[in-house]
Amino acid sequence: MRAAWAIAKKEFRGAFASPVAYTYLVVFLAFTSWFFFRAFFILGAATMRGFFGLLPWTLVFLLPALTMRLWSEERKLGTLEVLLTWPVRKRDAVFGKFLGGLGLLAVSLAGTLPAAFTVFSLGNPDRGPVLAGYLGLLLFGAAGLAVGSYASALTENQIVAYIAGVAMTFALFVAGEDFVLMVAPGFLAPLLSGVGLGAHYWSIGRGVIDSRDLLYFAAVIFFFLYLTVRRLQGRRG
Amino acid sequence: MISVSGVSKRFGRTLAVDDVSFEVARGEVLGLLGPNGAGKTTTMRILSCYLSADTGSATVAGFDVAAEPLEVRRRLGYLPENNPLYLEMTVAEYLDLVAEVRGVPRAETGRLIARAVENCGLGPVRGRIVGQLSKGFRQRVGLAGALLHDPEILILDEPTVGLDPTQIIEIRELIRGIGREKTVLLSSHILPEVEATCQRVLIFNEGHLVGQGTPAELAAQARGSEFVDLAVRGPRDEVARALASVPGVAECAGAGEEQGVPRFRVRCEVGTDPREELAALVLDRGWGLRELHAERLSLEDVFLKLTGEGK
Repeated sequence: MRAAWAIAKKEFRGAFASPVAYTYLVVFLAFTSWFFFRAFFILGAATMRGFFGLLPWTLVFLLPALTMRLWSEERKLGTLEVLLTWPVRKRDAVFGKFLGGLGLLAVSLAGTLPAAFTVFSLGNPDRGPVLAGYLGLLLFGAAGLAVGSYASALTENQIVAYIAGVAMTFALFVAGEDFVLMVAPGFLAPLLSGVGLGAHYWSIGRGVIDSRDLLYFAAVIFFFLYLTVRRLQGRRG
Repeated sequence: MISVSGVSKRFGRTLAVDDVSFEVARGEVLGLLGPNGAGKTTTMRILSCYLSADTGSATVAGFDVAAEPLEVRRRLGYLPENNPLYLEMTVAEYLDLVAEVRGVPRAETGRLIARAVENCGLGPVRGRIVGQLSKGFRQRVGLAGALLHDPEILILDEPTVGLDPTQIIEIRELIRGIGREKTVLLSSHILPEVEATCQRVLIFNEGHLVGQGTPAELAAQARGSEFVDLAVRGPRDEVARALASVPGVAECAGAGEEQGVPRFRVRCEVGTDPREELAALVLDRGWGLRELHAERLSLEDVFLKLTGEGK
């Protein structure tokens, strides 16, 4: 566990040692502030609904930028051989890197708190949905990081890892949307509606924290991290 | 400390390592020698548990590489080929990371890092970013990372590749120093390096182990083709006939002439050294002995012979 924690710290610090973290944070905060203040001033309402509605779309495109280097860079530079010949279990290494990304996600979500405080100081919105919204974002982001981690383990090319990450996160996000369900063959509909990230995210966002939704996110995260571990083992031929 | 038996590894259609077996004793410095693509790196990757063998088994420090890879990796310091490093970290951060993932007790961390920094001469660059260091310093960072936790066994894949001559000498000194207490397995395609640092050598070619022994043993293995070169002032044919009649000489051939003095190359029978008899004969007949020396097989000749490249 100490090794996983050491790797998490390395990833977190490494992101700040390169322009990756700063670029991500600046773009993320610019987007989110725009969503937030646009809704705020146009609608004139002290609500964060627009903010929570649009943020997942931002994350679909930004999270893979954080995760694209996780494994592909290790492969390209050959440091994967260093990492995997340390006495570290593959699952600890995968979990460590995931935690590092989660730290960065938490920092970026914390960066949106001033906006939330503004809402609370100007109006008197319900506290529940806002807290639930943040929880939903954190879970959504964590799922996206797990998907991105797997995408990055697939290739040593970071651009490919990014695009694959966006595509996979997007597909998972919209899988349960009405539009998709209408087009998809009937027998797949129940499956797709259960698998889609979106439905579970919106459900938490309404302020109803259902254990099934929590379980769903835990399962998605576990599944993609497991695939990542499998993928790294596959290299051993 | 290391035992490999019947290990094979195939990549697609190429057999990278074919039925290789060898042992490395505690405290031994063993060199793997061979041309590029001979299977040295694959063998080392199997021992470091980065790759798994298709067939055969290997144990390191008493642990099976397939069954207990974590135990093996705990006891191993490994420097992979091309020395991959996290370039955006400082040297100190990298060594801290290594100590932490290796589970070095916190009380020991400071002492071990200080020792590795000292041993590898990293003092002046501790705070520098790895990516900005020269190749020689990077190599030392890699070595420091490999031996930080004071492992019983070190596996170094081409530790001096790409360094300039001064750096090579320094790294060799370092390895020799480590080899006084530890078991070291290193690979190289540079002969003098292996001759200078290793007590025993394994020669690889096309995935096979084609020879092993101390540098001297290997030279002996290839004897039978040992030659004595002479330059004798005298009638060419008569000298050649006389030389060929000396006991222990298998064959005598003319080898051109130098400044009007004929040269000869004598092939000796296995296990004989007729140099003194040859000299006595030449002096006896009143010819002028200008030169006489044994053409000893160096490790290089053995290597070329065993890998079939000298043909």
